[in-house]
Amino acid sequence: MKKFNLITMSSLLIMTLAPLFYVSTAISADKDTINTVATLRDHTKVDEQKTPNTIPQVMNKDIKQTRNYPMQPPVIPHTTRSYEVNTNSNKCMSCHSRHRTEKSQAPMVSVTHYMDRDGNFLAEVSPRRYFCNQCHVTQVDAKPLVENTFTDMHSLMKNKVTSAEKD
Amino acid sequence: MTINRREFIKANAVAAAAAVAGVSVPAMASNFITSSDLTKLKWDKAPCRFCGTGCSVNVGVMDGKVVATHGDIKSPVNKGLNCVKGYFLSKIMYGKDRLTTPLLRMTNGKYDKEGEFTPITWEQAFNVMAEKAKDALQKNGPEALGMFGSGQWTVQEGYAAVKLMKAGFRTNNIDPNARHCMASAVGGFMRTFGIDEPMGCYDDLEAADAFVLWGSNMAEMHPILWTRLTDRRLSAPHVKVAVLSTFEHRSFDLADNGMVFTPQTDLAILNYIANYIIETGRVNKDFVNKHTNFKLGETDIGYGLRPEHPLEQKAKNNGKTAGSSTSISFDEYAKFVSTYTAEYTAKLSGVPEHKLKALAELYADPKIKVTSFWTMGFNQHTRGVWANNLVYNIHLLTGKISTPGNSPFSLTGQPSACGTAREVGTFSHRLPADMVVANPKHRATAEKIWNLPEGTVPAKPGYHAALQNRMLKDGKLNFYWVQCNNNMQAAANINEEGYPGYRNPKNFIVVSDPYPTVTAQAADLILPAAMWVEKEGVYGNAERRTQSWYQMVEAPEGAKSDLWQLVEFSKRFNIEEVWSEELIAKKPEVRGKTLFDVLYKESSVGKFSLDEIPEDRLNHESREFGFYIQKGLFEEYASFGRGHAHDLAPYDRYHQERGLRWPVVDGKETQWRFKEGTDPYAKAGSGWDFYGHKDGRAVIFALPYEPPAESPDEEYDLWLSTGRVLEHWHSGSMTQRVPELYKAMPDALVYMHPDDAKARNMRRGDLVKLISRRGEVQTRVETRGRNKPPKGLVYMPWFDASRLVNKVTLDATDPLSKQTDFKKCAIKIVKV
Repeated sequence: MKKFNLITMSSLLIMTLAPLFYVSTAISADKDTINTVATLRDHTKVDEQKTPNTIPQVMNKDIKQTRNYPMQPPVIPHTTRSYEVNTNSNKCMSCHSRHRTEKSQAPMVSVTHYMDRDGNFLAEVSPRRYFCNQCHVTQVDAKPLVENTFTDMHSLMKNKVTSAEKD
Repeated sequence: MTINRREFIKANAVAAAAAVAGVSVPAMASNFITSSDLTKLKWDKAPCRFCGTGCSVNVGVMDGKVVATHGDIKSPVNKGLNCVKGYFLSKIMYGKDRLTTPLLRMTNGKYDKEGEFTPITWEQAFNVMAEKAKDALQKNGPEALGMFGSGQWTVQEGYAAVKLMKAGFRTNNIDPNARHCMASAVGGFMRTFGIDEPMGCYDDLEAADAFVLWGSNMAEMHPILWTRLTDRRLSAPHVKVAVLSTFEHRSFDLADNGMVFTPQTDLAILNYIANYIIETGRVNKDFVNKHTNFKLGETDIGYGLRPEHPLEQKAKNNGKTAGSSTSISFDEYAKFVSTYTAEYTAKLSGVPEHKLKALAELYADPKIKVTSFWTMGFNQHTRGVWANNLVYNIHLLTGKISTPGNSPFSLTGQPSACGTAREVGTFSHRLPADMVVANPKHRATAEKIWNLPEGTVPAKPGYHAALQNRMLKDGKLNFYWVQCNNNMQAAANINEEGYPGYRNPKNFIVVSDPYPTVTAQAADLILPAAMWVEKEGVYGNAERRTQSWYQMVEAPEGAKSDLWQLVEFSKRFNIEEVWSEELIAKKPEVRGKTLFDVLYKESSVGKFSLDEIPEDRLNHESREFGFYIQKGLFEEYASFGRGHAHDLAPYDRYHQERGLRWPVVDGKETQWRFKEGTDPYAKAGSGWDFYGHKDGRAVIFALPYEPPAESPDEEYDLWLSTGRVLEHWHSGSMTQRVPELYKAMPDALVYMHPDDAKARNMRRGDLVKLISRRGEVQTRVETRGRNKPPKGLVYMPWFDASRLVNKVTLDATDPLSKQTDFKKCAIKIVKV
């Protein structure tokens, strides 16, 4: 629990200081770090090119990742290479459909997926949800180029509880 | 069979998860917060920040931060769904490198084109900008000033920019990135119907019996419309889907008839269908006689390259007459298309005759309601306007138009390409409500609404997107402001035109963006921008739906919206500094005033008080300027179209609705235009009324197949097509900063046919160089991903800031629409 708080606190700290850090790096930019602004280009000039990294591997460990908020579609924790999803078949549903989950132990598709456009529940997953890959994506094993300071609502609430306890 | 594999993986997963659980389980157990004071989120609606579909999303705010987003169940567009990008909207504003202070290239405390980016204040930023703009104005006149805007600007931002440039600075050198996106669609509409934007709406998706995708990968680029199309196809088994492209992509997963054609031959296929309809006697004669005219268009019109290019030297009609046409009879038209036989077309396109026939039958069979969709495949085409004209031909020959399910539907790419770029008229040749600067009556209308003297708006069209880069390079455009786009990554041929243009010592380049982009990197001054729900705005989507949203959170300290930047900058100019004495003499009361006074505060833009903004609403710009500026801009803009078939509802109503499709007449939106009964502007007794043309008739154009600007040869032996991907929005400046989206699609790879790779001794993952006559880019080979190109063609997306494919592409444009063809040029690929 302590560790949890520490992480939350430090990420908040980073967030509030982020603009300061940015300014300070821009001020201290010297000839070697010109193009400090090229954060997605690893500080490479526009007319130059950094050697592209190798194609990263898709993570295949089947470990569920925390969702950023309850409505976020979960990311896929395994490879989907050569999974066919087309008019004739939907490979994903061979594990994630309701009647396959006992055997597969995969999570069942969310109940929202049984609803049609008008919110009526159907006997089977709605065809509007047929192409799983429009919302659910695999993740490669690569470090993000830029940190994201999005705040989880849970840590906001947690902070309020903690500060209320202190008072 | 996968159960075995799964069991194996799961055993590992459980072990790994247990290690994590040791930390998280106790924390979670004490963290089930139930007090409603703490768990309450403030929800509000906003259109999605990304594509032209225009989904509505619910945005959840807590403690001044966006903490959640989800699809808006009340929106008729998406009914609760989002695509993967849309579901991650919550995170786009929180990349750690958000810009929060203006940055100017400086050496020893002074501006230096070759200097380092150095933080300065807004005051200093506007000082240097005003100095550079006035200097350019004085030395080279209004034509030395330019702006490159966006189909992602809010309607109000676009309108404020048009007014500032066209009336304030008196230059038409303003163009949106939408020029790259749907200028050909606009050209097609204006030419065939005399009025812009689709006649149909998304309700066609639930009504059609057949769908034809012409150069549109809806599965990735309009995902939520694709869910509606999929829903229709799979729940009504008689429905058929035909997909045409120059390579196989995800939309082929649903295709009953998938067709891969040789680039540019879509023109021939369209004419073949017209020929098939005529030869099989399925022309809807009654409709054609009552509602259409036939015209023969000018040909050999060039490729929109620089005038000295050999292709332009060779072209006979690439001047002002390129868009002209002469009237012909139906019989002459029939004769014209008769050369496009199945045999000839199959040979030219590479699509087998039986597939062509099955496609043509969807249009010819009077019992089938058919909807055609197209996006960049048609629009980014050196004959893009023609392609648009030709698809209207086949809907007009059969009368399959403007009724539910019968719909030639041009899908737009950006969230407000229709609203801000097209309807507001942020183009170098346009004014609001489909008016153009070349027409004296239209200029007079604008001047009257703006309460400005006659002759304020210049008559000569300004520099369009591709021409702006060329004029920067040539040193003719010296003060240039880029807002809300990433054109150094997005424009073609940046090696020869864009980059040398930005870095030309004669020019001063300002780039406004929330994030440091490639374009910002190439600029001289970077201005930090507020984005999306950090400001109030309006977007217009592909089905004419106008949607508004309120500001929901504060922008990071120091970042300011494009609207604030434009309007605040206008305070720096006295009217005497920008207008001639002759013009001022026509309206002496403007003397001594600033552009801010004349264009905004003392015009009808300034007439709505702050009291009209609900007290609990944020509105940074209005509270700073002292009037409800978003409403003022919207209402003044709306006055251009009201009563002229572009009617918009009162501004306040949009805050209550999930958007309304214009024209909104007597409070009611319009679903199908040009059809009596569903369009209030269609005359009684007309049946159909194509009122964009004075005679109420649409035009069927005879236009041929003409070859592309550049085709593969012995040395440059492959076609290159570029485009987008599902997981990223355009250049990725927002979505590459969302870790989940980055990890879903981190790098732009080159998709190749395995045989093409093998022939070059390449394997998946190999480091390669794509080389054209203009430049090169390095990436890695993908032979088995979601795109399956035919032999002889490769595909590389352009979202990746670190692998700039536009160093390779050709800046050939459609000579009519001035839109660049990003879908075809010749390259070779070598191993590095």
